[in-house]
Amino acid sequence: MSNSAPVKISATDVKVFYGDNQALHGISMDVYQNEVISFIGPSGCGKSTFLRCMNRMNDTIEHCRVTGSILLDGRDIHEPALDVVQLRAQVGMVFQKPNPFPKSIYENISYGPKLHGLAERKADLDDIVESSLRRAGLWNEVKDRLDQPGTGLSGGQQQRLCIARSIAVSPEVILMDEPCSALDPIATSIIEELIDELKQNFTIVIVTHNMQQAARVSDRTAFFHLGNLIEIGNTNDVFTNPQQKRTEDYITGRYG
Amino acid sequence: MSNLSLIVVLLILMALGYQLGMTRSRKVATVNPDLRMHSRPHHYGMMVGLWAVLPAFFILLLWLWLAPAVINSMMLAQLPADVAALAADELRVVSQRIGNLAGNFGVVADAADWELAAAEHLRQLKANSALVLTALMAVIAAVGMLYSLLRITPRLKARHQVERVVKALLVLCSTVAILTTIGIVLSMLGETMKFFSYIPPGEFFFGTTWNPRFSTVGVGEQGDFGLVPLLAGTAMIAGIAMLVAIPLGLMVAIYLAEYAPVKLRNTAKPVIEVLAGIPTIVYGFFALVTVGPFLRDLGAAVGLDINATSALTAGVVMGIMIIPFISSLSDDIITQVPKSMRDGSLGLGATKSETILKVVLPAALPGIVGAVLLAASRAIGETMIVVLAAGNSPSLTANPFEAVSTVTVTIVNQLTGDNDFSSPQSLVAFALGLTLFVITLLLNVIALVIVRKYREQYE
Ligand SMILES: Nc1ncnc2c1ncn2[C@@H]1O[C@H](COP(=O)(O)OP(=O)(O)OP(=O)(O)O)[C@@H](O)[C@H]1O
Ligand SMILES: [Mg+2]
Repeated sequence: MSNSAPVKISATDVKVFYGDNQALHGISMDVYQNEVISFIGPSGCGKSTFLRCMNRMNDTIEHCRVTGSILLDGRDIHEPALDVVQLRAQVGMVFQKPNPFPKSIYENISYGPKLHGLAERKADLDDIVESSLRRAGLWNEVKDRLDQPGTGLSGGQQQRLCIARSIAVSPEVILMDEPCSALDPIATSIIEELIDELKQNFTIVIVTHNMQQAARVSDRTAFFHLGNLIEIGNTNDVFTNPQQKRTEDYITGRYG
Repeated sequence: MSNLSLIVVLLILMALGYQLGMTRSRKVATVNPDLRMHSRPHHYGMMVGLWAVLPAFFILLLWLWLAPAVINSMMLAQLPADVAALAADELRVVSQRIGNLAGNFGVVADAADWELAAAEHLRQLKANSALVLTALMAVIAAVGMLYSLLRITPRLKARHQVERVVKALLVLCSTVAILTTIGIVLSMLGETMKFFSYIPPGEFFFGTTWNPRFSTVGVGEQGDFGLVPLLAGTAMIAGIAMLVAIPLGLMVAIYLAEYAPVKLRNTAKPVIEVLAGIPTIVYGFFALVTVGPFLRDLGAAVGLDINATSALTAGVVMGIMIIPFISSLSDDIITQVPKSMRDGSLGLGATKSETILKVVLPAALPGIVGAVLLAASRAIGETMIVVLAAGNSPSLTANPFEAVSTVTVTIVNQLTGDNDFSSPQSLVAFALGLTLFVITLLLNVIALVIVRKYREQYE
């Protein structure tokens, strides 16, 4: 990825506090348009927290306080005039834990497009549902039971349902929090293909514990440790020639 | 000794047995250091205590049950021949007099000599009985305690014995509740059957006039016992109540669960629940004195003819009463919907109100329906408000501004006054009660099934 691409999201000195407990200690980074950037780092280091900052999902957590500035297309997402609802329509999210609605599979996918009025006719909606499910690699498994509850799917199927649900509203940025944690290798490779394809039109931030996955899908990689951004750079450089000792220890498995 | 002091002594024995059992089990354990005791010391203690007390207690119960009859017949056997030859119900009077004499309660007219002798005899018999009982219990308690103490070995499964007794106790307690319900149903069923021997069920369930007359008119003039007007009145008032309570209760619940700050929620909820704790008779005269005239004047102002006591008055006030049933339960159910569900919706760019309407409420719907059904069954069974505020006019009408009557009010009417309890005019109360019971039972069962199904969804 050449760094001449325009900056999509620009974070400066982002700090997050859960009550008195500080989870992020001043993170600054840029995310470029149409890139795939992956966040890696040990459990509890603040990857999900930083991800949630980008579409202000931290607002829904009581006692959570965010400072610093985050610009989306050059505009501060915390400015009062900005509507958080629009922000989230622009910056979609796939959560770490699959959370399908207790509705039918069809309604799970059509929920977002209906809200945003993306489909005028039933046929359009059907198209969106089918193509979203296809791209998430779930269509063949569920095409005969679209009217059954999404909560009745297996864990991995639910995860793909949630991915399909979030791409159905065609956001500009997709935040994926460990989207493949419950998937087998085949489903994982379908999602990785999806990410490759989405990259044409979207910007993707993905959190993963799988180093190979980060190396395979992402243009750049950011390594977090204890609430700090330790290193960020082109994926190739980070994995073959890390600048920091802690990064090297982590990706070579000597972390501990 | 009196029965009460016997029970106190039994309790002391139990404590003693507990201590002895613990001590002995510890000793047994030290004597056999290489064998593990099956149960803990307090289990052995409990076991000894139970062995000391339970058999003796059963003897006490048995004695209390059987002894009075035995003593009475022994006393009667000693009566003079001419008295003993009396008929059974006269004999009952005689033994009552003697019983009173023996208890020093005094009787009407002077006591005959043979009566005084019999009373003395009775007193003697009772004293002996108490003595024998005390001795018997002492022996049984001692034997029980010794037997169980001596049986304590490492292999004795004391814990199992204790647990079995505790389990039996628990079963006994729950049986009491169930038996009470069954008893109520059976007693109503018996009376209802008697009622149906006067009035055929078809006439009762499908009759459209309610005009029972008075029992004094005679059995030939039985009047009409049609359930339909009463049921219609009940349904109308309950319906109006639900029309008031469902929207208000739901909005309260949504506000409390989704919008209210935690502090407000924690104070507002108990305050609203107070509504359910106000005695219904108080609601009744609130309806009668305040709401009824207010609605009448309001009606007059807009050109409607509204009775002060009407289905509307009773329904509105009843609706206020059941708001907390709906709001509290629904609030609990709404807050139980997991946060991740809301996040999923918000993350797709839905607004808070869209999220509540399209995700949270549908997810909570089964539980809310359960809450509504519970409130409805409460409304149907409610009596005092309707007695005071509905006007008590058992006519079949579809106009909510007129006076109506309900099943509950009619039960009250039929059972108060000087009706004799074998006339259909009184017996109908039981048929009405049973009908009401079946209806509310069905509503409750449906509500519980729905609520349970809802619980499973998230577990
Ligand atoms: N809702 C919350 N309330 C309080 N503390 C939180 C909350 N969410 C996260 N934290 C804390 O913030 C820190 C970072 O958590 P975060 O979920 O961002 O970690 P993570 O990098 O995503 O870990 P994982 O890889 O296990 O998902 C942790 O110490 C965590 O305990
Ligand atoms: Mg995480």
